[in-house]
Amino acid sequence: MDLNYSPEELAFRDEVRGWLNANLPDGLRRKVAEYRELTREDLLAWHRILARKGWVAPAWPKEWGGTGWNVVERYLFEEECGYAGTPPLIPFGLSMCAPVLLKFGTEAQKKRFLPRIYNGDDFWCQGYSEPGSGSDLASLKTKAVRQGDHYVVNGQKIWTTLAHYADWIFCLVRTDSGAAKRQEGISFLLFDMKTPGITVRPLVLMDGGHEVNEVFFDDVKVPVENLVFEEGKGWTVAKYLLGHERMNTGRIGASKRELAKLKEFAAEQTQNGRPLVEDVRFRDKLSRVEIEIAALEITNLRFLDRMRRTGQPPGADVSMLKIKGTEIQQALSELMMQAVGPLAQPFKPANGGDGFDFFTAALAPRYCNMRKTTIYAGSNEIQRNIISKMTLGL
Amino acid sequence: MNFDYSEEQQLLADSIRRFVAKDYDFEARKKIVASKDGASEAVWKTFAEMGLLGIPFAPEHGGFGGGATDLMSAMEAIGEGLVVEPFLATVGLAAQLVARGGSEAQKKALLPAVSEGRLKMAFAHTETGARYDLAHVAATAKKAGSVWVLDGEKRVVLGAPLADKLVVSARTAGKAAEANGISLFLVDRAAAGVNLRPYTTIDEARAADVTLKGVEVGADALVGREGAVLALIEEVVDFATALVCAEAVGAMKQANDATLEYLKTRKQFGVPIGTFQALQHRMVDMVIASEQARSMAYLACARVDGEKDARERARLVSAAKVKVADACRHVSQESIQLHGGMGMTEELKVSHTFRRLTMIAQQFGDAEHHLARFAALDRS
Repeated sequence: MDLNYSPEELAFRDEVRGWLNANLPDGLRRKVAEYRELTREDLLAWHRILARKGWVAPAWPKEWGGTGWNVVERYLFEEECGYAGTPPLIPFGLSMCAPVLLKFGTEAQKKRFLPRIYNGDDFWCQGYSEPGSGSDLASLKTKAVRQGDHYVVNGQKIWTTLAHYADWIFCLVRTDSGAAKRQEGISFLLFDMKTPGITVRPLVLMDGGHEVNEVFFDDVKVPVENLVFEEGKGWTVAKYLLGHERMNTGRIGASKRELAKLKEFAAEQTQNGRPLVEDVRFRDKLSRVEIEIAALEITNLRFLDRMRRTGQPPGADVSMLKIKGTEIQQALSELMMQAVGPLAQPFKPANGGDGFDFFTAALAPRYCNMRKTTIYAGSNEIQRNIISKMTLGL
Repeated sequence: MNFDYSEEQQLLADSIRRFVAKDYDFEARKKIVASKDGASEAVWKTFAEMGLLGIPFAPEHGGFGGGATDLMSAMEAIGEGLVVEPFLATVGLAAQLVARGGSEAQKKALLPAVSEGRLKMAFAHTETGARYDLAHVAATAKKAGSVWVLDGEKRVVLGAPLADKLVVSARTAGKAAEANGISLFLVDRAAAGVNLRPYTTIDEARAADVTLKGVEVGADALVGREGAVLALIEEVVDFATALVCAEAVGAMKQANDATLEYLKTRKQFGVPIGTFQALQHRMVDMVIASEQARSMAYLACARVDGEKDARERARLVSAAKVKVADACRHVSQESIQLHGGMGMTEELKVSHTFRRLTMIAQQFGDAEHHLARFAALDRS
């Protein structure tokens, strides 16, 4: 038993850390630290910096640009990015569409899409959820009817993250509504977002931010060569992807950065003439989050160690990383907001913004926004169902 | 990074687990608890033969040169089996004070005997009003010619009724709660002036309140430096805390396994109650709590063995104890609730596990105590 990283792993971490410090543009670092909205250009700028370095898709096979890192190195890289506060790598192309193409795609599909995903030429989004099917994904209704060398798609997706930035969308659609089981008759299709008949409507969240959308399909013609895997076998693809989505959701690095920031910040706030961080009741809450982070980090390392040893993908119990990781993110955002007390109230300046404290005004919206984390990517209740069924056999 | 047990650790864990399953099952344990001594000499001999009693002592003193990490899997097995033998009292606490702070002569005289199962020990430290403050020592030791004379009262001395020797903390200078002036002495339990009020604890171990009245010991009874052993006591209590964290992991496993089994077999409304989502999610949260506690038990054991900076060691042990104490309460309370009325009875092992987990949550400091200590030791 040894909880320390090996000298090689530490050297790798230091190399990543050094490179990130030297190559993360200040403007982007500041935007992330101040919880400002990142534009399409911001996201792509960071994507392309990593692509040029060769680090944008570590988990891919080497022939397609992967780094050949093992699970621990990949984890270290992601945590260092979180700790440095880089913009996120948007997962829809890199770690959702690409793994699907690598596993199920034709050679032609791989050659057509993978290099463009790698280089950040195409911005992807994900068309899964529908108004009537959130956690119950298999109930989806968007319909695709084969007509010659096209599918004609009609229906609606919802919660489509960054669809307004996207060039492409991958969608689950129903190609056979007469199938005996509802998991059958679903297919996995790729659409060009410029295709006539696609309408994107923003869903502005309670923090005022525009991240998610509704996407409407009205007789959208999708060429048959954009079908991935077999018609009617989309559920197999979707299940493969959901397994991927639960990986690395602890976000320890980012939470550590936020914790350090929170401590610093709480030391600057005063309560009864003393630094807030010395207030016992506040301090207890802070300490509990710090201890949660420590426990989650070790638990995360235990999963990685198991994966490295067995060479197997993580089991269903990896869902606990999502549950605890998101609880921590929410707790941190709540403490940040509580740290400023009544000053959490200002939201938007009415005229110009001279003298307006934008950072403090971002804290309550941030708290509002973080409520999404226990809902998205399989709500935390769905994660508990998964552990209950798959790990405990209930 | 590597979370595997070594081959030796795994072998030891397996042999203890096999022993507990075969010879220390719930029925056997009941008999031991109900016996006159409340512990089993035969079990202690077996522990010695397995090599368990010598693990954390140097080879030249009859041990294996191991640490908390080497004892972790054994502590889990002890936790799972609710073993009431005075292992923690002897090997985890009292003999540790000798091993880490004693003279060469004391180590030679005591540690091989402990390893071989010939000598049991107990640490007489806690006093009325001390709560979890390790510096709170009001008992006194005064020099009278060539001897020390000890007076004072110690509370809840775990394993004292079974011990041959006590390690007693007493003031050679200063006032109660002062960091300086505390000393440690080896005292025969049977020495004149030592009086025990023995009892069974709620978690079915044996302990005693100990009164010392004019107890005389020689100069060679002093363990460590006169008046300067608080750091030693803190180090050993951190070590023992890491061990009970590992013990808690085993006890939580018992509670979770029993509860899961119950959810699958107990039927209401014609179906196993484990088909109810309200109960499934609670069971999942129990499992997550115990996994998080396991991670922190690993951390605590690794750091008491490997962390050279005493402050950082103490901070991480406290972090672990906060998490473990919270998990102990969560898992034990839910295990009873999910068992319903049957969980309340003495007849099910889970109610005994509840009692041990409840006490572990407070042993060497509850979550609030360690939260305060964790925050106080923060350097950032």
